[in-house]
Amino acid sequence: MEYLPVVSTYAQSIDDAILLIAVLVGFWTVLTFTLFFWLIFRYRARPGQRAGYVTGEERQPKRFITIAHMLVLVCDVFIVIAAIRVWVDVKQTLPTAPETQTVRVIGQQWAWSFVHPGPDGVLDTADDIKSVDELHIEVGRPYIYELVSRDVLHDFSVPAFRLKQDAIPGRIIQGWFEATDTGSFDIQCAEMCGIGHGLMPGRLVIETPEQHAAWMARQGQAAGRALLASGRASG
Amino acid sequence: MATAEIRHAADEHHGEESFFRKYLWSTDHKMIAMQYLFTGIAMALIGGFFAFVFRMQLAFPGIEVPLYGMVSPAEYNALVTNHGSIMIFWVAMPVLLAAFGNFLIPLMCGCDDMVFPKINRLSYQIFLLSAIVLVVSFFVPGGGFGGAWTAYPPLSSIGDFSLTPLGATLWVVAVALEFVAFLLGGINFITTAMNSRAPGMRLYDIPMAVWMIVIASILFMASVGPLIAGAIMMFFDQQLGTGFFDPSRGGDPVLWQHLFWFFGHPEVYVVLLPALGFVAEIITTFARKKLFAYRTVLYTVFATGILSFTVWAHHQFISGIDPRMAHIFTITTLLISVPIAEMMFVYIATLYRGSITFSTPMLWALAFIGEFIIGGVTGIFLGASGPDIFYHDTYFVLAHFHYTFFPIAIIGAYAGITYWFPKMFGKKLDERLGKIHFWGTIIPFNLIFLPLFVLGQFGQHRRIYSYEAFPELAVGWMQDLRVLATLSLIAMLVFQFVFFWNFIRSLRRGEEAGENPYNANSLEWACPSPPPHGNFAVLPTVYRPPYEYSHPDREQDFWPQWQKD
Repeated sequence: MEYLPVVSTYAQSIDDAILLIAVLVGFWTVLTFTLFFWLIFRYRARPGQRAGYVTGEERQPKRFITIAHMLVLVCDVFIVIAAIRVWVDVKQTLPTAPETQTVRVIGQQWAWSFVHPGPDGVLDTADDIKSVDELHIEVGRPYIYELVSRDVLHDFSVPAFRLKQDAIPGRIIQGWFEATDTGSFDIQCAEMCGIGHGLMPGRLVIETPEQHAAWMARQGQAAGRALLASGRASG
Repeated sequence: MATAEIRHAADEHHGEESFFRKYLWSTDHKMIAMQYLFTGIAMALIGGFFAFVFRMQLAFPGIEVPLYGMVSPAEYNALVTNHGSIMIFWVAMPVLLAAFGNFLIPLMCGCDDMVFPKINRLSYQIFLLSAIVLVVSFFVPGGGFGGAWTAYPPLSSIGDFSLTPLGATLWVVAVALEFVAFLLGGINFITTAMNSRAPGMRLYDIPMAVWMIVIASILFMASVGPLIAGAIMMFFDQQLGTGFFDPSRGGDPVLWQHLFWFFGHPEVYVVLLPALGFVAEIITTFARKKLFAYRTVLYTVFATGILSFTVWAHHQFISGIDPRMAHIFTITTLLISVPIAEMMFVYIATLYRGSITFSTPMLWALAFIGEFIIGGVTGIFLGASGPDIFYHDTYFVLAHFHYTFFPIAIIGAYAGITYWFPKMFGKKLDERLGKIHFWGTIIPFNLIFLPLFVLGQFGQHRRIYSYEAFPELAVGWMQDLRVLATLSLIAMLVFQFVFFWNFIRSLRRGEEAGENPYNANSLEWACPSPPPHGNFAVLPTVYRPPYEYSHPDREQDFWPQWQKD
C-alpha cells in the first residue's frame, strides 16, 4: 500500500498544503478531544457531589473561549494563504514556455477522447492524433489542456496529478499540467454524467520524448493506412 | 386564552374524534409532530435500505443483493441519488425541524398550540404528498432519477441525457413540494416562538432548542426562494422545452449550481441547528449545569447563520466559475470555522464542573459533539481551494459530510427521541436496550466512514458503481476497506431493530414517566406526559432562564422556569 504517486509539478505543493492543514487541524482536534474526554471522565456524577454554577458570562471562563477562537482564526489565516498559493499556481496561471503544447480533452457520454497536436506540435492541423480513452503526453513538457464537453457536465480528474476540472458543454476551459515521471495513470470522470458515469475510465500515458515520438509515428502510420483504406473503398 | 376555556376545549376534543380526525386530519401540534416523525422514520428505512443495496454492490460487484437483486449502473445511480435526497429532505428536515419543532415549540414556550394550526396541518399534508411523489418516481418507466442529489443540468434537465425523463421531473416536483411544506411550517415556528410565549418569558429565557429551530426556519426561508425558482426553471426545461440551463440554447448550467448551493449550504445549518439545540438541552440536564455563556451561543448562531449565506461557491471551486472567485469563498468558508469551533468549545465547557450522568440521551448528545468535531475539522481541507482541487468529489468529501450529517440527522434525532420520549408517550425507554442500540450504532458508524476517508485520500471518486475498470482503485486492500465499510453498515442497520424493539416495548410496558422524570427546568416538563390537547392545565408563567441547574441558593439542583421561588 504505497501512497498515490506524485507525478505533476504541482502535486507536491497540493500535498504540502494538505499536510499543513493536517498538522494545524490535527493539533486542535487532539487538544479538543483530550479536553472533552478528560472533562467527561473528571466530572462524572459521584454520590454527594454537586455540580458547580458557572454562567460562562464571567470574565475568566469567557477569556478561555475568546483566546481559543482567536487562535483558531490565526490558524485559518495560514491555511488561507497556503490554499490560495497553490490555487493560483494550478488554476490561475498558464505556462508560457515555448515548448508548451496544447491538447484537447473531450468528455462525452460515456468516454474520454483526446486530440494530440501530432508531430508539428500545433493543434487543429492535419497531423493531429485523435484517440479514445488514452491521453499520451511527454514527461517534462508543459501542456495546456482545452477541456470541452459534447453533452453534459463531466470532470477531468487525474489523481496522480492532483488535478480536477469540470467540463461544461458550450465552454472551453483551459488549464495546465507538467508531468514529472513516466508511467500510466487513471483518468476518472468525477462529475455525475449519467448511466455510464462509472464506465468512463481513461488512461494517462506519460512517455519519454523518444517513446512519445515513436507512438506518434505509429499513430501516423495507422492513420495513413486508414486513409488509404477509405480511399480504396470509395474509389 | 383563559385557562378555563382551554380546559373546556381540551375536554371537548377527547374521545369524540374519529380515527381519521384524530390521526390524519388533526390540527394538534403534537399529532402533527408525530405524523412528521413517523413519516420521517419510514423514509429513513427506505434511505437506509438504498444505502445497503449500493454498498453491497460496491463491496461485492455484480452480486445478487439480498432483498433486491442485481444492481445495474442506472439503478446504482438512482439509489445513490435518492439515498441522498431522502436522508436530507425527507429524514433530517421532517424529523429534526418539523417533528421536534412542532412538538417542542408550543410546549417549551408554554402555550396551547401553534399560532396557525390549519397551516400546520396543510404543511404536513403537502409534505406527505411530496414523499408520495418521490416514492412513485422510483417506479415510473425509466426508473428513478439518477443524476445525483445535486441534480446538475444539463443531465437533469434533458431527458435524452438522463434517460429518466419522468423520474427526473417527479424528483424536482417532489423537492419543490417539500420546500413548500417547510415554508409553511417555518411560518408557524417563527410566529409561535415570537408571539405566543408564556408571560414572563423574555427572549433570553427561550430554551436553546427553540431558538435554534427558529433561526433554522429563518435561514431556510431566506435561502430557499432561489432554489424554488430554479426548480421551476428545471421543470420548464424538462417538460416545456425551455433552455434555462441548456448551453446550446443560450442557457447556463452553472446557474443551477449557484441557485442550488446558495440554498444548499445554509441548508446544512438548517438541519444542524435543531440538533445543536437538542444537545444543549440534554447536556445541561444530565450535567446538571447551566449552559455555558448562553448569550455567546446565541450570537454565535446568528453569526454562523449570516456567514452561511456567503460560502456556497466552495462547492463549485472546480466547476468552471471564475478561478479568482475561489479566494473569496475560501476566506468566508474558513471564517465560518470560527463560530462553529466556538460553539463546540462552549458545549464542552458546559461539562466543566458538571455532575454527568451517562443516560442514553446524554450518550447520544456527547457522541454528537465528538463525531461532529471530526466532521467539522475535515471540512477545513475541503474549504481550502488548493487542496479541494484534489479532494473534490472524492470519498474524502463523502466521509466528511457523513461525519456532519450522520451526527445531525441520526445521532441528533436519537438524542431528541430518547430525551423527549417520556414526554411524547408518557413512558420511559429501557436504558439497557438504549445503550446496546447506542454502541451498536456508534461503533459501526465510525467503521463505515473512517475507511472511506482513506479511500478518498487515495483518489477514489464518488458515484461510480464499480471500481473494477480503474487499475489504481481495483486493488486488494482498497476492496477490503470497501467490504469493511459495507459489513459495518449491515451491523449498524441490524442494531436499529433494537431501537424499534425498545420503542414498541417501552410504549407497552415502559415505566410511567411522570411530568418531569429528569428534574429538568424548561416548560415542557411542567405539563402531563403525554400532554393532552391544549397542553397545560394552567398556562405557566416564566420566572427565570431555562438552565438554572445547581444554583448555589437552592437546595435542589434544579430550578424550573415555571416555579415562582
